[in-house]
Amino acid sequence: MRNVRRRASVLAAVAALALGVTACGSDDDGDSGASPAESSSSGGGSSATVKVGFMGALTGPDAQLGINEYNGAKLAFDQYNATNPATKVDFIQYDTTGAPDQATALAPKVAQDGVVAVVGPAFSGESKTAVPVLEEAKIANISASATNAALSTNGWKFWHRVLANDDVQGPGAGEFIVKSLPATSVAVIDDQSEYGKGLADVVNKTVGEQGGTVATRDSIDPEADDYSSTVNQIKSANPQAIFYGGYYSSAAKFVKQLRDGGVTATFVSGDGTLDQKFIDGAGDAAEGSILSCTCVLATASEDAAVQKFIDDYTAEYGTAPATYSAEAFDAATAIIKALEGGATTGEAINEALSNIDFQGVSKPIKFNDVGELETGTTYIHQVKDGKIISLGEYSSAKVQ
Amino acid sequence: MSNFVDLFWSSTIDGLTIGSIYALVALGYTLVYGVLRLINFAHSEIFMIGTFASVGTISLFGLSGPASGLTLVLVLFCTAAAGMAASGASAVVLERVAYRRLRTRGSSRLAALISAIGASLFLQEVFALRWSNGELHASGRDYVNSERVLEKTELFSIGDGIVRNDKLLVFVAAILMMIVLDRFVNRTRLGRGIRATAQDSESAVLMGVNINRVVVLTFLIGGAMAGLAGALYVVYFDQTRYIIGFVLGIKAFTAAVLGGIGNLRGALLGGLTIGLVENYGASIWGAEWKDVITFSILVLVLLFRPNGILGEALGRSKA
Amino acid sequence: MSTALSKGRLKGAGSGRPRTPVPSFGGLPTPVRWVVYIALVALAAALPSIPGVADIMSPQNDWASVLVFPIGLYILMALGLNVVVGYAGLLDLGYVAFFAIGAYTGAILGSEYGWGFWEALPVGILLSMIAGLLLGTPTLRLRGDYLAIVTLGFGEIIRVTANNTDWLGGPRGVTNVPRPPAIGDLTFGALSTKPYWYLVLGLIVLVIIIGKRLERSRVGRAWAAIREDEDAAELMGVPTLKFKLASFAIGAGIAGAGGAVYASRTTAILPDNFPFVLSALILAAVVLGGSGNIAGVILGAFLVAWLPERFREFQEFRQLFFGAALVLIMLFRPQGLLPNARRKAELQEGSGGMGTLGAEVGAAATQTVEVDKK
Repeated sequence: MRNVRRRASVLAAVAALALGVTACGSDDDGDSGASPAESSSSGGGSSATVKVGFMGALTGPDAQLGINEYNGAKLAFDQYNATNPATKVDFIQYDTTGAPDQATALAPKVAQDGVVAVVGPAFSGESKTAVPVLEEAKIANISASATNAALSTNGWKFWHRVLANDDVQGPGAGEFIVKSLPATSVAVIDDQSEYGKGLADVVNKTVGEQGGTVATRDSIDPEADDYSSTVNQIKSANPQAIFYGGYYSSAAKFVKQLRDGGVTATFVSGDGTLDQKFIDGAGDAAEGSILSCTCVLATASEDAAVQKFIDDYTAEYGTAPATYSAEAFDAATAIIKALEGGATTGEAINEALSNIDFQGVSKPIKFNDVGELETGTTYIHQVKDGKIISLGEYSSAKVQ
Repeated sequence: MSNFVDLFWSSTIDGLTIGSIYALVALGYTLVYGVLRLINFAHSEIFMIGTFASVGTISLFGLSGPASGLTLVLVLFCTAAAGMAASGASAVVLERVAYRRLRTRGSSRLAALISAIGASLFLQEVFALRWSNGELHASGRDYVNSERVLEKTELFSIGDGIVRNDKLLVFVAAILMMIVLDRFVNRTRLGRGIRATAQDSESAVLMGVNINRVVVLTFLIGGAMAGLAGALYVVYFDQTRYIIGFVLGIKAFTAAVLGGIGNLRGALLGGLTIGLVENYGASIWGAEWKDVITFSILVLVLLFRPNGILGEALGRSKA
Repeated sequence: MSTALSKGRLKGAGSGRPRTPVPSFGGLPTPVRWVVYIALVALAAALPSIPGVADIMSPQNDWASVLVFPIGLYILMALGLNVVVGYAGLLDLGYVAFFAIGAYTGAILGSEYGWGFWEALPVGILLSMIAGLLLGTPTLRLRGDYLAIVTLGFGEIIRVTANNTDWLGGPRGVTNVPRPPAIGDLTFGALSTKPYWYLVLGLIVLVIIIGKRLERSRVGRAWAAIREDEDAAELMGVPTLKFKLASFAIGAGIAGAGGAVYASRTTAILPDNFPFVLSALILAAVVLGGSGNIAGVILGAFLVAWLPERFREFQEFRQLFFGAALVLIMLFRPQGLLPNARRKAELQEGSGGMGTLGAEVGAAATQTVEVDKK
C-alpha cells in the first residue's frame, strides 16, 4: 500500500511539474505570438515581410561580442524598415550561447521558422555545426565574426563572412611584429582554444618566414588563474615581443602577470582581445599593447557614412559601437541590398549576395565564390592612454 | 629537460605560492570529509565567496594606489578577516541548508554529493547576478577587478627565481594558519571533539560530544580557511569571477586526496606537492599538460599508497 | 527487520519475478507487460511526429533535435552510468571520458579513414570498453571517494589530451564526420533528425533489455552484493574486482555508443563538447531519478536534459534554478524520484551501498535527539 501511495505522490509531483510547464508554455506562446503580429500591424500597408535571423551568443560567457553584433545588425534593419520598403524585415534572435551544441539544435528551428537569411553564426565553433544545416535549408548566412580559416574550405554555398580569416590576420600580425615593431625574437602563446591556437600557429609560422625567431611556444589554460610557469618561461627566453592568441579575459590576466613578473616585452594579441574589457581587466599593464584584427574598430571617422553609423549606434544603444558591430551592420546591409534587388527567398538572396559590391562602414564588401571577402587585410590597433586607437592597415601602421 | 633546470627555482617559488593556496582550500575538503565522509563539492564556491568578500572589502578602503605601512597592515588584516568571516558563515549556512536534512536522516552519501553539486551550481550563478538598468541579470561573467593592495616588489633571488613580497606573504600566511589550525585540532577541547567524531562518531556521542556542534565547527573552520585563501588569492591576483572556484577547487580536492583525505597535514603536503608538480611539469612539457601531469601523479601515488601520502588520519593524527 | 526484508527481496529478484503482495505492474502477466512495453516504445518513436507536442515541449528549438541531443543521449548515458553507479555502486565522476572516446573514434574513423557509421560504431564501443578496463584495472581497487577523484581526473586527462593532440585535431576537433547511410526512406540529415531519434531510441531499448537481463543474472546479484557490502561479498567468494571491472566496461561501452551517435549527429566535435559538467549532469540524472531503477533513471535524465532546454526564456537564470532544484529534490527525495525497490530497502537499512552521509554521525545524531525528547 505504501508503495502505491509513494508512486501516487511521484505522479502527482510530475503532473504538477508538467502543469506548471504547460502554463508557462501557453504564457510564452501568447507573448511570442503577439510580437510578430504587432510588428506587422505597426508596419501597415501591403508590404511583404521576410524573416531574417541572428545566430550568436546573446547570453553566456562570450555574450558581449554577440550583443555587439546583434545591435549592429538590428540598427541596419530598423533603419531599413523605417524607409517603408517593399519587403520588410522581421529580425529574430536565435541565442546559441556560443555553444556548438546549442547551435546544432537551433539551426533546424531557424529553417522551420522560414527564415531566409541569417546574420551569423557568430563564432567559428558554432558555424561548424550550424552552417551545414543552413546549407541544407538553403538559407543565406553571413558571419560577422567567425575567423577560422578552415570554414571556407567546406564547400558551403550559402555561407559568407564580412571579415578576412585568421590566415590573413596571422601573417599580417606576424609581419607587423617582425617588420614594424620591430621585434626579431617573439614568444608565441595561445589559450588552447580553436581560435587562439589556430591564430598563434599562423603567427608562429610567419615570424619564422619573416626572419624572426620564436623564442618560446607555450599554451595557457584560460580558465586557470596562475600563469607563472609560462611567465617564467618567457622571462628566461627574454623575447622582444609576445604574441597571445586568445580572448580578452585571459589576455588581461596574462598580461598583468607578465608585467608583475618583470617581463617588459611588447604584448601583441588578436581580435579576440580587441575589447575595452581587456583594458578594464589589465589596467596599466595593457598600456602599449598591440591588437590586430581583420575588422576595423569604428572610432571617430572623417568618412560621413561611418560617422553616421557611430552616431546612430550611440544614440540607439547609449554606447559606442564595439568589436564586430560595424561588421554586423555591413552583413545586414548586404542582406538589405539583396532584398532591395527583389530577392525574397534564401536562394535568390544568396544569388544576389554573390554580385554585391559596396563600401561598408567597416570595409569594402564583395564576396568571392567561396564566400570570403575579395579584399581582406589586417588592421592594427594600439592601447594608448587606456583607450584602443586604430593605427590603420598593418603594412603602413606605425606604433605611437 | 634543460628548461626544468633553468627554471627550477622560479618554478619552485611559484609552485609553493599557488600550492599554499591549494593547501588552505584543501583543508576544508579534508576536515569535512574526515568528519562526515562527504565530498563537499560546493567548497570551491565557499572559496569564491571569500574572494568576492575580499574584493568588496578592499574597495571599501577606496585606495588610490598600493598601500604601505600601517594602512597596508590594516587593509590586509580587514581583507583576511572579511574573507574568513564571509566564507565561514556561508559554509555554515551551506551545511544547514544543503546537508543537514540529509545527514540527520541518514540518507546516502550519493544524494549528498548531488546536493553539493546543485549547491555549487547555484552559488556560482548567484555571484553572476548583477543589477543593471534596475533589473536583475545573470550577466556578471567577466572578472571583477580589485585595486592593488600590495605593491609587488622583488625581495631577493634564489638562483633563477625571484622572491616577491606578495608570494612570500601568501606562503607565510598559509603556513602560519596551518600551524594554528593543527594546534587547535590537536590541543583544544573543541579540536578533540572533532578528532573523536572523525575517529568513531558513535563512541563520541556516547562520550558526550555534541555532534551537531562539531559538524558546524568543522564547516566553519574549513570555510574560514577557504576564506583566507580567497583573501590571499585576491591580494595575489587582484581579481575574481563567479567561476573562479571551479578549477582551483578540483586542484585543492586533488591535493586533499593526494595528501590523504581526512588528514590536516596531508592537505598541506598535498597542496604544496600539487603546486610544485604542476610548475615543474609545465617547465618540462609545457603548460598545456599541467592538469594531465597533476592527475597522473595522483593516480600513481594512489596506486602505491591507496590512502594518500600520509594516510587518512584526522582522528589518529597524534591522537 | 530491514535485513530480513532485503534478504527477501534478494530471493525474489533472483527468481526473476519479484513477489510483492501489492498488485503492481511487475505482478501483471508477462504478455500484458510486453504489450505495455511495446506501446511505450511506439509512443516514444512517435514523439517527434505527434502534432502539438513540439510546441509544448520545445517551443524555441527543433523538437526532434532536442529529443536526440540532449534528451535521448542523456538518457542513454544515464542508463550506462546506472550500470556503474546504480548496480555496482561505484562512484564515477569522469563518465564523459568514455562518451568522448566513442565520439572521437567514430569521428576520426569516419572523417580520416572514410569508415561508415555502422562500421565505426562497434569500434567506438570496443575502444571505450578497453579504456574502461585500462582505467579500471588499477583504480577499481581504490575505495569509493578515491575512485571518484581518479575518474574525475581521467575525464579531464582525456579532454586535455584531445585538446593537445594535433592528430585528434587539437582544439579544432574533428569535422566532416559522416552521417549514417539512409535506411530505406529514412535519411539521416541536418534537417531530418527523426531517424537519429529512432537510432537513439533503438539503442536505449537495447540497453534497457541488456540492463534488465544483467540485473537478474548472477552478475547482477554479484553487483548487489558488492554494493551492499564489498568486504562481505569478497569473503563469500565473489570476485569483486572482476565484477566491478565488468560494470565499468559495460557502462563505458554504452557511453561510447552514445558518443559515436553524437559525433555523427553534430558532424563536428570539439574537446569542449566533453566538459566535467557533463559527467556531473549525468550522475545527477541517475541519482535524481532513482539510482538502480531504469524508469527512474530515464525520468531523471529526461528532466536534467529537458528542463534547461525548455526554460530557455529564463536562460539567464536556468542554471540557478537547476542548481536549486537539484538541492531541493535531494533534500526531499534523497532516494530519487522513482527509487529502486531494493535500493530503497538498502537505504532504509542505512548504508545504501554508498554509505550514509557522515558514516554513523547521522544515525547517532538522530539518536541523541530522541534521547533529548524523552
